[in-house]
Amino acid sequence: MKKTKRFIGSAVLLLFLLAVMAGCTKSDSGTVSTDGSTSMEKVIGALGEAFEKSNSGVTFTYNPTGSGSGITAVAEGRCDIGLSSRSLKEEEKAQGLKETVLALDGIAVIVNPDNPVKDLDLETIGKIYTGEITNWKDIGGKDLEIVLIGREAGSGTRDGFETITGTVDVCKYRQELTSTGDVITTVAGNPGAIGYASLASVKEIVKVLSVGGIEPTEETVRDGSYAVQRPFVLVTKSNTKLSATAQKFFDYITSSEANEIISSAGAVSVSQ
Amino acid sequence: MKNRKQLMENVIHGIFLILGLIAVGCVLLISIYLIISGIPAIRKIGVWNFLFGKKWASTSAQPQYGILPFILTSIYGTAGAIFIGVPIGFMTAVYLAKIANSKVKAVIETAVSLLAGIPSVVYGLVGMMVLVPGIRIIFRIPDGASLFAAMIVLAIMILPSIIKVSLTALEAVPKEYEDASLALGATPVETTFRVSVPAAKSGIAAAVVLGVGRAIGEAMAIIMVAGNAPNMPEMFQSVRFLTTAVASEMSYAADGSLQKQALFSIALVLFLFIMLINAVLNFFLKHSKER
Repeated sequence: MKKTKRFIGSAVLLLFLLAVMAGCTKSDSGTVSTDGSTSMEKVIGALGEAFEKSNSGVTFTYNPTGSGSGITAVAEGRCDIGLSSRSLKEEEKAQGLKETVLALDGIAVIVNPDNPVKDLDLETIGKIYTGEITNWKDIGGKDLEIVLIGREAGSGTRDGFETITGTVDVCKYRQELTSTGDVITTVAGNPGAIGYASLASVKEIVKVLSVGGIEPTEETVRDGSYAVQRPFVLVTKSNTKLSATAQKFFDYITSSEANEIISSAGAVSVSQ
Repeated sequence: MKNRKQLMENVIHGIFLILGLIAVGCVLLISIYLIISGIPAIRKIGVWNFLFGKKWASTSAQPQYGILPFILTSIYGTAGAIFIGVPIGFMTAVYLAKIANSKVKAVIETAVSLLAGIPSVVYGLVGMMVLVPGIRIIFRIPDGASLFAAMIVLAIMILPSIIKVSLTALEAVPKEYEDASLALGATPVETTFRVSVPAAKSGIAAAVVLGVGRAIGEAMAIIMVAGNAPNMPEMFQSVRFLTTAVASEMSYAADGSLQKQALFSIALVLFLFIMLINAVLNFFLKHSKER
């Protein structure tokens, strides 16, 4: 009697151990790691969540480090897919990296909700950011000094914004902040402020301007009529194959299946 | 039996030695790493251009890497924090050590400990939401993110270390000194400022140096209130510190680029500053022990 009890006990223990081990190996085989752009957080997070849901046992990770770091991480093999909110530079492509456009992102020009100005054209935005226009009263607003809020050097959003408005390296920033959230909070707290942020992450506490009469919406970004936009790029190594799970994820998010998730996260899908 | 005991002792000594060397190893590793990665950019840019260049434009077509604005901002910001924080902290310590009754003292000491435990990002957040708009409104300037905002945040952050170290120094003054002073007819306030404070002066100096060390190395809180534009320091202008210069660009700088190397060089300069401060601190601490 005692012996059987002991036997059952050890058998249960053995089964338990096997189950634990099986669990380990299963989750090990199914991980997708992404690393990079903080602007892509919402989009990639939603895609990762959906992918995890439809493929049980798969683990998805996202490390929000910034476009530059994400590209470096892929190059060094520290993650499966790098996320960049700017196109790859020539020297990065020369390192054997490949880009795939996942979606498009409009960059919204934002002001304080108390600001009566509703529309600016690209040229005026450029003049504001280069310090040619310094008071809101010159462009139909109150008599208030314009406070330029921007992002730090190297940020994908800043790079996109400055390239599009033709103000690369000549912006007279009052504040250079290190995250989209900080920009929004600062603009919301200062009646004279103007800033820019990813359209996907803009909140209602700030007012979004239309540019050249065109409001930033999904349609106007996709058809290219809204001028201030940039690509969200997936970065992979061109000479190394992705792991099976990572490849599955890659195929899934670039297929038309993912379009709905991408749009609900505020970005504009490109695949048909 | 004795040999075995001896062996055991040696083994344990060895283990402790290794554990002790971990800290030393980390310091050496970091120092060597910083020096190796910080030197190339300085050599490429030139020591003079790097340290005394007035313009920082790391991502422009013709990049310029002058860090004088950062060095001066760090010095001014720290000096400002000391100027505001030391009188408050020192007087608090005097009050706690000599005047306050034990109940009040317990309450204030707990508050000071809590102040020390608040994460720097929280200081930054409160600064950003309350202090920056406050400065904008009070001083009627277009934007409140400025050197002044950073000074105030830093002053509050260094309070706990200044209060605690000064308090310890004041409490270590032998009671006989004070009794003698009182017996000679000095009032308690005279005794405090003429006898206790001079007797504790090296400890108080150490407190100030500790505050300087804390202020000059802080990044997270001031990145949120200083505005981070690489201007030459002005009280109500947006400024960038040595620490925030490294922190704000590091995540985006491409590997192997001169920009990234220059960021390491900034870190090296900051490291040298902090080493210098530590040397001064050690000098004061030794001095106070010898007394």
